[in-house]
Amino acid sequence: MQNRFPLRALLLASAVAMAAAAPAAWAETPADTLVVAGQIDDIISMDPAQSFELSGQDVIKNLYDRLVDFDPTDLEAGFKPSLAESWEVSEDGKTVTLTLRDGVKFQSGNPVRAEDAAWSLQRAVKLNLSPAFILNQFGFTAENVDQQISFDGNKLVLKLDQPYAQSYVLNSLASEVASVVDKETVLSHAEGEDLGNAWLSTNSAGSGPFNLGAWKPNEAVQLVGNADYWQGAPAMKRVIVRHVQESSAQRLLLEQGDVDVARNLTPTDIEALSTSDKLVIGNEPRGRILYMGLNQKDPILSNPAVVQAMRYLVDYKGIEDSFLKGQFKIHQNFLPEGYLGASDENPWTYDIEKAKKILTDAGVTSGTIKTTVRDMAEYSNVMQTLQASMAQVGLTLEIQQVTGAQSLDAYRARQVPIYVGEWGPDYADPNTNASTFAYNPNNADDAKLSQLAWRNAWAVPDEMNKATVAATLEGNTDKRRQMYLDLQQQYREIAPIIPMFQRIERDGMQKNIHGWTAGGSVSSAMYRKVTKE
Amino acid sequence: MTNTDLSAAPGPGASPPSSRRGARLGRRMRSLGGLLLSLALTLLGLLLVTFIIGRVMPIDPVLKVVGERATQAQYEAARLAMGLDKPLWQQFLVYMGEVLRGDFGRSISTGHPVAQDLRRVFPATFELAALGTLIGVCVGVPLGVVAAARRGGWIDQIARVVALVGYSMPIFWLGLMGLLLFYGILGWVGGPGRQGIVYDGMVPEMTGMILVDSLLAGDWGAFRDAFSHIILPASLLGYFSLAYVSRMTRSFMLEQLSAEYITTARVKGLSERRVVWAHAFRNILVPLITVIALSFGSLLEGSVLTEIVFSWPGLGQYITKALLAADMNAVLGGTVLIGTCFVALNILSDVLYRTLDPRAK
Repeated sequence: MQNRFPLRALLLASAVAMAAAAPAAWAETPADTLVVAGQIDDIISMDPAQSFELSGQDVIKNLYDRLVDFDPTDLEAGFKPSLAESWEVSEDGKTVTLTLRDGVKFQSGNPVRAEDAAWSLQRAVKLNLSPAFILNQFGFTAENVDQQISFDGNKLVLKLDQPYAQSYVLNSLASEVASVVDKETVLSHAEGEDLGNAWLSTNSAGSGPFNLGAWKPNEAVQLVGNADYWQGAPAMKRVIVRHVQESSAQRLLLEQGDVDVARNLTPTDIEALSTSDKLVIGNEPRGRILYMGLNQKDPILSNPAVVQAMRYLVDYKGIEDSFLKGQFKIHQNFLPEGYLGASDENPWTYDIEKAKKILTDAGVTSGTIKTTVRDMAEYSNVMQTLQASMAQVGLTLEIQQVTGAQSLDAYRARQVPIYVGEWGPDYADPNTNASTFAYNPNNADDAKLSQLAWRNAWAVPDEMNKATVAATLEGNTDKRRQMYLDLQQQYREIAPIIPMFQRIERDGMQKNIHGWTAGGSVSSAMYRKVTKE
Repeated sequence: MTNTDLSAAPGPGASPPSSRRGARLGRRMRSLGGLLLSLALTLLGLLLVTFIIGRVMPIDPVLKVVGERATQAQYEAARLAMGLDKPLWQQFLVYMGEVLRGDFGRSISTGHPVAQDLRRVFPATFELAALGTLIGVCVGVPLGVVAAARRGGWIDQIARVVALVGYSMPIFWLGLMGLLLFYGILGWVGGPGRQGIVYDGMVPEMTGMILVDSLLAGDWGAFRDAFSHIILPASLLGYFSLAYVSRMTRSFMLEQLSAEYITTARVKGLSERRVVWAHAFRNILVPLITVIALSFGSLLEGSVLTEIVFSWPGLGQYITKALLAADMNAVLGGTVLIGTCFVALNILSDVLYRTLDPRAK
């Protein structure tokens, strides 16, 4: 048998390969390194004036300090002093003066001055990229911002166009877009008129607890601890966030001890991991609201009785306990739990009979609606249960699956009759959701607004529009809270954009990890307090 | 196979008279020029088609840049900045001009210059595909030859089943099962990703291929680590390449083995080994090289699922993601790169033909 030789060779070759592959021990990650597995392919920039993606915000939160900030491990406290140690509001409510803390240094060694803070805010307004609107709400424009934002010694002075609520202004200043960047360093890398945007997209120049070691898109972000951090050096000298698309792969990495935290586990994987005695499963409410938008251009859906009936056609409990288990919880208000003025009233239940009665009383017995849904399991499953319950009251729902981009295009053109999707708050103030769910100053087709109310062609009643604006101007925080509670109560009665669930994040992590937080409902991940024991 | 009937031809022909040498050189120069011209035309056509597809796709690239919440003014500003208001032909000319200057623009889905992205993702894919093809060829070719030599024997049957399974198993499933078994349960190989955390960024980057870089740096620990991460996905890709290569080898060999010159060789009393390897196998080298080159090329562009399962930051994943985000700079850059690879593979197999096949000289 002469030509057995190749077979023998191949056996030999594979044996050699296996021997060479036999690894060193895959025990655990280094004691001073935090390794996170997550889906981070959404990041397009590391510039605080540009980044507006969830994963990007998680990084920027740790690279920079802001004037005031949230501590996700203590959200009850609201915003706290950070680079600004105190602030005062003028009598007319239109000037906010913040006093900067002494002795804080950027990682470059430059001192953090009021000048840097003023320049950082001016820069974000002038670049006018995705998150700039958070600052523009206070009347800043590229033309006036040099006058409206100024500094004097260690004081930063903001001149607002309206006497906004102090909590509204400071909540907004806690957003990532208001991060304070090192003016001298960034300017030294500016190209043309870009105010250093190109450079800062892939570098960091902050005073935060970490600096950007490396960012390889779709692959990994590496943060390096700042040993001189003014609030104390972080225990983790390195944080590595790896892009791992698949839940099953994240789970394997976690089980093998190759990562400390896995952030995108499916309910099935969480179920399986929860029995392990080496791991713990976190449970944090996040800010995203899963809602159903009923387009008021649709002849059937614009009938208030149909809107009313639809609220009872969602099998809230059934959905929460089945395919959204561990990912969402029932929440029927537009302010997520954790926000100022959030309400925990969830009045609607799944009640076919009630829905049927509302519809027959209004003379609606049949009808067909054609809609689209984004090709994500969560949304299309919700849509399908809706289809089934609508069929029971005589309404036919035809569903077409589309990609995320197509879905967004159609939604922006007000062409989705029933939209099921998520809304994530943009900043830590209740106005972020109130101004999109309960505010629509112009319902005309050519207004092209980004409000959800506009996208669903809902002409928000005048008094509700006014109430939403009034809540941004109320200086007394307790009164402001009550205003949002009242607003949501009224909203629940009439609105065709129906909040159904709030996102919860369940991270799998090694038992020795302490102080981990994904940011709760109002903030982003914070690595500074993470320790390993 | 057109060359079957000719393959019994004797070895290298008589060398041409020296007076013809100059003419031959001229012919070579001309064929080189023709090659370059066809290369340029191929790439131009490729660019044009991809560009048009990208622009007529019903996805709005501006939205990816400005985000869902942008105001109309921000949207318009970004659209202008991206030059999307200009007529299509003008956009194409502008783009061509930039490409000729070596500038592929900036990717909107990563924020990095496309050229820089490609320098990062291509070596990852190349390394994986090269090792995969190597495995596929080292196993697939002998398997195919033996299967043909002992047609209907047990090795042939096994080869058939192996190839069938290789064709029909979803790589997604195989990858996950492989990870579960060899990484999760047995712990023989490294997990998803190209490197263990400890070695991340420790090896100075030269080629971007970690196996090569760690060897150049003489860092055996990093090499072993990288090898233990690459071996599983490469074996999977190798398996798929094996399925294809072994089937093709077998059918090429069967054709040769039934040819008359083989009967002649056997009648002459040559050993079976010599008949199979020295005569029949030599004659299938030329078509086999095409098969291998094509299989390698398809691994370069088509291992998206493998890359996702193994968190392998490669070209396939990069282009797919870019395509879904209507990130046309990235898609076009990637397409040009893959197109160039295919052309280069063609040239390479062309050159190999000439060395291996005396008639092509």
